[in-house]
Amino acid sequence: MKKQNIVIIDYDAGNIQSVKYAFERLGITAIVSKDKEVIRNADKVIFPGVGEASWAMNSLKENDLIDLIPDLKQPVLGICLGMQLMCETTEEGNTKALGIFPVSVKRFTNEQKVPHMGWNQLDDLKGGLLNGIKPSDFTYFVHSYYVPVIEETIASCDYIVSFSAALQKDNFYACQFHPEKSGDVGVKILENFINL
Amino acid sequence: MDVKDGRTVKGVNFVDLRDAGDAVELAAYYAEQGADELVFLDITATHEKRKTLVELVQKVAKELNIPFTVGGGISTPEDVGVLLNAGADKVSINSAAVRNPQLISDLAKRFGSQCVVLAVDAKCVDGNWEVYLNGGRLSTGIDLFEWIVKAEQLGAGEILFTSMNHDGTKNGFANETLVKISEMVNIPVIASGGAGNMEHFADAFIEGKADAALAASVFHFKEIGIPELKKYLKTKNIPVRI
Repeated sequence: MKKQNIVIIDYDAGNIQSVKYAFERLGITAIVSKDKEVIRNADKVIFPGVGEASWAMNSLKENDLIDLIPDLKQPVLGICLGMQLMCETTEEGNTKALGIFPVSVKRFTNEQKVPHMGWNQLDDLKGGLLNGIKPSDFTYFVHSYYVPVIEETIASCDYIVSFSAALQKDNFYACQFHPEKSGDVGVKILENFINL
Repeated sequence: MDVKDGRTVKGVNFVDLRDAGDAVELAAYYAEQGADELVFLDITATHEKRKTLVELVQKVAKELNIPFTVGGGISTPEDVGVLLNAGADKVSINSAAVRNPQLISDLAKRFGSQCVVLAVDAKCVDGNWEVYLNGGRLSTGIDLFEWIVKAEQLGAGEILFTSMNHDGTKNGFANETLVKISEMVNIPVIASGGAGNMEHFADAFIEGKADAALAASVFHFKEIGIPELKKYLKTKNIPVRI
């Protein structure tokens, strides 16, 4: 495994330990930081997030990170709420987000149970971050809001609608599922990110 | 896994605790066997013991790459913050939510509904399902179905329903009640209490319309293997991750 400086953005939005531990299992000690210089100088940046969107955006604002994230040049991986905050807006709390991906995050309709919670299979896989992942592979999802399928979608998933399970635009990568909680499939995806 | 001082215990009808092993080791074993999710309930959660639970959560999170829920003695958003920061994916709340329903919406607003599991222990007495606390010892007078609907409205993200009439009996889950709950709410419902054989799991999904099924002793004492169970469920056309 490539040794590198991976920084997890700390903005008090939960689940950061799980991501840190996932890298530890791969032999990498990720740095958890809200320091702009530390984040800017990382080889790779993880933008995690569990929680409510408007609360999380407020927290990014309080930590003065709103302008920094879209401006990063190294590979950035948004996870779950992190991915949703990389979009333009989200219906959750009618929140304006970071605007990296040109799409609005929507709430699932109640045709089936919401949140979409549990293991689901990926589809329309487009390599890169998802190299070696097969459509039969399962990843773990927990979310009530979704990113519609757009040009930047590199994997989709079906639940109520077909939605973006992963996105990529330039150096920005994102996944709706939790790679750190997706067993061996998630490990492979994190390895792919490290090897980008 | 019911946890006491870092070790798992499983009661028969919530009394008579039997030691079923080291929690972290068991967690890793279950993850490898193909469990989709683990639930830790700290049954002796007192203030002095909080630290032990947080340490356990940290150890489990370090070891495990599948999701897990932690419950027991959680009564404030601060408690939840500490557990999530230690690496838990979700928390389950029970008594504190019954005493202060506002806690559900506070947690949902602060951490998101997806990590708020409402655990409900209920008992059917004379045909009426009532919510019980303290491992089935304390009657609340609250109707099970009214409570679950209210909890969903307040922002619970998932219901973990344990039938005290079925728990420990190994005669199957409370399917008639499960299906009623499952059709009443639009959040996932986890069936708990009563698993004895593989058919019981299939029944919970097909008859009970549960979104997930939880069991402890049949796994702890190796009466049912998770790989065999998942293969069996697949033959019953229940979607499972294998």
